[in-house]
Amino acid sequence: MGVRDPHSVFDFLANPERFMAFSRWAAPLLGLLAIALAAGGLTLGLTAPGDYQQSDTVQIMFIHVPAAWLGLFAYLCLGISSFLALVFRHVLADAAAKAAAPLGAAFTALALITGSLWGRPMWGAWWVWGDARLTSVLILFLFYLGYMALRGAIEDETKAGRAAAILALVGLINLPIVHYSVVWWNSLHQGASTFGAEPQNRLPAVYLIPLLLMGLCYMAAFGSLWLVRIRAEVWRRRARALALRASGA
Amino acid sequence: MTLLTEGGRYAPYILAAFAVSAVVFAGLIADTLLRARHWRREVERLTRRDSGPAA
Repeated sequence: MGVRDPHSVFDFLANPERFMAFSRWAAPLLGLLAIALAAGGLTLGLTAPGDYQQSDTVQIMFIHVPAAWLGLFAYLCLGISSFLALVFRHVLADAAAKAAAPLGAAFTALALITGSLWGRPMWGAWWVWGDARLTSVLILFLFYLGYMALRGAIEDETKAGRAAAILALVGLINLPIVHYSVVWWNSLHQGASTFGAEPQNRLPAVYLIPLLLMGLCYMAAFGSLWLVRIRAEVWRRRARALALRASGA
Repeated sequence: MTLLTEGGRYAPYILAAFAVSAVVFAGLIADTLLRARHWRREVERLTRRDSGPAA
C-alpha cells in the first residue's frame, strides 16, 4: 500500500474547506466561460449552411451531440465519485456523486428529446425501439433515475449513499455499450463523425468548430453547476450537523 | 441563417429543440442556485443561533 501524494489534485480538493475556497471562484468562472463559448458556438452554428442531406436540421446537432457527450461524461464523474466514496469513504466524493446525478439525468434527457426532434423529420420516426444507440442511452437515463430514486428511498444517508454508489458502478458497464453501440450493431444512428471518425465521415470545419465550441460550453456549464451543487450539499450536511448539535442528539 | 430568414420547413423541430434546451438549462440553473442559497442561509442562521447571546 503506497502513500498518497498529499499535493495531488484529488487530495487538495478532498479537503472540504479547500474545496469550498476553490469552488467559490471556479464555479462563476466556468459559468462565464460557458456563456462566452455559447455565444461563439451558437453564432457559428446558426449561420452555418444547411447540410446537403439534413438541410437546416443539422443545427439540432449543435445542441444534441454536446448533451449526449455530457450525459456520458456526467455518468463517468458519477461512477468515479461513487468509487472514491465507496472505497475511501470520502464524504466530499459522496456529495460529488449525489450532485452529478440530476445534472447527468438532465443532459441525457436533453439528448433523448433533441434526438427525437431530429429523428422525426430525418428518419420519419420520433423513436425507434430496438435501435442499439437509442436504447442504450435510454438505459443510461434509467440508471440516473434509479440512482436518484435509491438515494431518496433509504432514510439512512450513509446506507443510501453506499447502495446508490454500487448501482452507479454497475451502470458504468453501460458507457462503452452506448459509445460502441453504432459499431457493434446495425443502427439507424450515424457513427462517429468527430473524434476517431474515418476521414470520409469526418465533419467539415464549418460544422466541427461550432460543435466543439458547444461541447466545451456544455462541459463548462456542467462544471460550474456541479461545483455549485456540491457546495450546496456541503452546506446541507453542515446545517444538519448544526441542527443535530443544537438539539443535543 | 435560412431557419429564421426563410422559415425552413424543419423550423418547428429546430425551434422546439432549442426551446427545450433553453428551458432545461434555465431550470437547472435556477434549481442549483436556489438550492445553494437556501442551504448557505440555513448554515448562517444555525451558526448565528449557536453563537448567540445564550451561548
